[in-house]
Parts: sequence; C-alpha cells; structure tokens
Amino acid sequence: MAYLVSHPDEVKVVSKRFGKGATDLDRYLELDGYKALQKALTMQPDAIINEVKASNLRGRGGAGFPTGMKWSFVPKQSPKPKYVLCNGDESEPGTCKDRLIFEHDPHSVIEGVMIAALAVRSKTGYIYLRGEYRYLIQIMEKAVADAYARGFIGKNIFGSGVDLDIFVHSGAGAYEVGEESALMESLEGKRGVPRIRPPFPAVVGLWGGPTVINNAETLASVPHIILGGGEWFASLGAPKNGGTRLFCMSGELERPGVYELPMGYNLKKMIYDVSGGMVKGKKLKGVVPGGSSVQILTADELDVAMDFDSVLKAGSMLGSGGVIVIDEQMCIVKFALRVTQFYQHESCGWCIPCREGTDWMKKTLVRMHSGGGVAKDIDNLKYLAENMLGRTFCPLGDAAAMPIISYIQKFRSEFEDHLNGKPCPYEKVAEVALA
Amino acid sequence: MKFSDQLEQRFATMVTHYPTKRSVLVPMLLYIQDELGTLTDEAIHEIAQRVELSELEVRNVVSYYSMLRTHPVGKYNFQVCTNVSCLLRGADDIFEHCKKKLGIANKGTTPDGLFTVEEVECIGACSWAPAMMLNYDFHENLTPEKIDQLIDSLKKKEQQ
Repeated sequence: MAYLVSHPDEVKVVSKRFGKGATDLDRYLELDGYKALQKALTMQPDAIINEVKASNLRGRGGAGFPTGMKWSFVPKQSPKPKYVLCNGDESEPGTCKDRLIFEHDPHSVIEGVMIAALAVRSKTGYIYLRGEYRYLIQIMEKAVADAYARGFIGKNIFGSGVDLDIFVHSGAGAYEVGEESALMESLEGKRGVPRIRPPFPAVVGLWGGPTVINNAETLASVPHIILGGGEWFASLGAPKNGGTRLFCMSGELERPGVYELPMGYNLKKMIYDVSGGMVKGKKLKGVVPGGSSVQILTADELDVAMDFDSVLKAGSMLGSGGVIVIDEQMCIVKFALRVTQFYQHESCGWCIPCREGTDWMKKTLVRMHSGGGVAKDIDNLKYLAENMLGRTFCPLGDAAAMPIISYIQKFRSEFEDHLNGKPCPYEKVAEVALA
Repeated sequence: MKFSDQLEQRFATMVTHYPTKRSVLVPMLLYIQDELGTLTDEAIHEIAQRVELSELEVRNVVSYYSMLRTHPVGKYNFQVCTNVSCLLRGADDIFEHCKKKLGIANKGTTPDGLFTVEEVECIGACSWAPAMMLNYDFHENLTPEKIDQLIDSLKKKEQQ
C-alpha cells in the first residue's frame, strides 16, 4: 500500500487525519468529524459560499477555478433537482493524492460534499471514483453506510429538517471522464464524451439540473474552512491561492511521496529539501510541475512559488499537483512519446484535431525514437501540437499539445540528436552500461 | 440470465440512486465482469433489457471504458503501469521482466489461463513507482525480484 511520508515544512490540513484511523466513524468524530457539517447546518447558504470565497480555495483538480465562485453560479431556484458531484476520477499521470484522502479520511469527502450541497440547496450528492480504485470504493461505501446508520446522511440530518442523500459511483477506466462534462455523461451511463459548453454544469448539469462538480481534494478542504474560517485558510497560502495543497512528488527522488505544503511553497525546496533531492548519482534535467499535461520547466527554472498564478507566470501550470522530476538519464523524446501515447490512447475521438493530432504525433515520435526521424519531423510535431491548441471541446487536446510544444522549445537538441538514422543516444548509454 | 444474489441486490439498490435506469450501467458492467470474468453476450443482453437500452447502446458504452472487456483474461491479471512517473523509475524493465518470466506478450495470457500481462496507463501510484495492479490490488515500489516472488508464490498457490 501507499506509504505516508512527512516533513517539518508540511502544514497538515487535508492530511491531518492521515494514518490516524479516521476511516472508523467514531475515531473521525473524536478528530472533530462532522462538526463542520453541523456548523454549516446553522448557516445560511450564502454565508457558506462567502466563507469559501474568503478562503481563496481554488479547484484542486487542475484548473484552479475559485470554488466559492463556482458554487455561486448555481441558480437559487431551479425547477429541476440540483446535484453535487465529487470528482474522484483521479487519472492525470503523476497524480496520486485523492487516493490518500479516500483511503485515510473518507468522511471528510462526504462532509465536503454535504456542505457543498447545503450551500447550493441540493439534496443529492454523488462521489465518483475511478474504477481502478476498487479498494477505495469499498472504503467509501462503508463510510457512507456508517454515516447513514447514525443519521448523519439521509432524512432530517442532525435533526435539522434537511434531507440529503450521498451515493458512491464507480467508473470503469477512462482518463477523459475526469473532465467535468464527460464525468456527468459517464455518471448518466454513457460514453465519457464531453459536452459542449456553455451551458456550464452549474446551470445545466446532471440530468439537466444545476450541478456543482469539484475535485475530491477541493471538497475535503471545505470542512476545514467552515471550522477554521475562510480567512484562516486563506492566510495559510499565497495571495489569491488559499490554503495548502497535496503535492505528489515522483521520479528519481530520495523521498518521493505526497506532501501537504502551503500554496506558494518554492519548487526547488520541494524537490531538494522536502523530497530529499535526487537519488544518488542522478542529476535533474527538468520538472513537470502539475501532471503530465503541463509544460516542462528546465533545471534553471525551478525557483518558482507553487501557486496557480506564479507557475503560470513561469510558463507552466500548477495543474493537478503532480510534480514529476525528470533525471538526466531520461531521453526527452522517449518521455514525449510516452506522454503522447497516453493522450492518444485516452482521446475519445470526438474532436478531429485531438483524435488525428495525437495519433500523428505518436507515429512521428515512434519513428523518431527508433532512428527513422527526418529534420522536418520536429517542426511537423510542433505544427500538429499548435493546431490542436484551443480547437477541441474539452481540454484533452490542449493537454496533449502543450507539453510537446514545451519539450521542443526547451530540449530541441535532444530531438535533433535522434535524426537521420541516429539511434537514441540514451538507449546506447544503457546498452554500453549493460555490456 | 440470472444474476448472483449479490449482483441482484446491488442492482436493486443502485437503481434507486438515480433518476434514470441507465445511470447504473458503467458500475454494473464492471461488477458483472468481476463475477463472470468477461462481459458475455448473455450478460450484455440481460443488462440491456434491465436498463431499457439496445444491446448496441450497451456495447457502445463497453467499448469506451478501458477496464471493460468482452474477452476473458487470466485469473491473475498483471496490469503494469508504464506511464511517466513509473517510466522514470524503471517500469520498462518491470514490464519486460513480467512478459519474459511468464513467456507472453502484451495482453497475452498463459496457456493454463492463469496469468495475463497488460501495459496500462497511470494507476495513481506515482509516488510509489514503479507500480502495477494485480487484479484490483496495488503492488508498488516494484523490482524484478519482487515480480519473481509474486509470480512464484501464485504458481505455488495454484499447485496446492
């Protein structure tokens, strides 16, 4: 199982119950569980939204949209039922944080969904988990059943007169379903093909009703905001980037793991102090700071504050919080090929630029990496990627294009080293080392 | 076709969770597959009737989701992640080692029907790479030695 790590610089909010047995409802209650929900039940819906607005909480799935604002878009009156949908379809390569929340603190997600439901006056919440997370679905189902048994969910919760239902829903393997409109399609029992927007889910969502969709980490932050106050949460982070974030450190690091650090924490420190730096004998080549869909940063570009705005200014994105550290022994062309292979596999095929673009990029990279590349391949790759940008229904096309453009911009010489029949220089090194 | 009692119960509960019947489709298909090993024609026919869809509509959904399949796999399905975080920590070697040790290619099954090896996309074990799933169980921080031990212990278990 995924083991937990710890570092003195961590500020544990979302992870404060990790490793403390909080899957057990009584233990959760000892650790301030369901207090936030009870407090929220005494608040006006607008007051809940204002508290979340004041917290500067921004979507932890990757887009970084202000959560309170998202909730405020839901119309107060609606002829159709309103819904809250927790996105636990975590599948952005490099990201493994929601898994820990579901595993160690399932009730915090339930509480977050319920508070969101109170804020938008909804009576039904769904928690969607990726199908591969079967053991977590079992944990979540048990948590929901336990909470129902105590009357925390269901009819007249905590004697408030409010009825609220929560259901757990399993996916069956699809990256694209992490996109919010595709997630709704999947929950409705269809292929996870994204919907055109507008209308946005806040107005027309699940079964046509107004729907709030938030990432699991976002929702798990909400109870802490309600108990500690929006101002307190905001003060933990950086300007306009409230709170803390679970950063998933991966690659050849001494101490990889998921660390909860304040928004705006320095990336270089995150790698060299918190994660213990590179494994002995390895040198850092580049960093993908927010899951595989974002632009690469070179070894000289790491002095950046890890919040949504600062990383954007530095030419990449904070994304999903998956910090992938690439060492000198990794070939960038091979890395680009693996990233492209992923997006090609996951493209639903609805939008032609994405379906054809990812396929042609993959074919070009396969050929290049196996020694059959020609000079114009590099510009062709860039051309393909640039023509996918902004031309698809959902962000998958952008996610496939942006990293490739950045690899070519920043590591062009590595692509050139693969041309005109030259075999991959990195594979050769490996072979020599083996001989 | 009759579902097992467990499946019947799950279906009966789940249909009450949503305003439309077809909303149970994706999870139900996975639970059916868990029991049958694969989504048989019979099973697709049955679920289509229950959620009031055509078989074609159900197959259209099945083909979208990477975990759903209409062909059987081995009793022990090794799903090895080779995506970037695992790649950086030697996933290619792990994947090659699995195939070599079992004598099968990607998506192949051993003649005794026990083992399947499959290259899969990110399974959310990036900080504990390289990783794989054996059916629904995560195995992390893999080494070729750990793979050997795992396969040997499963073979031993089957001989008993």
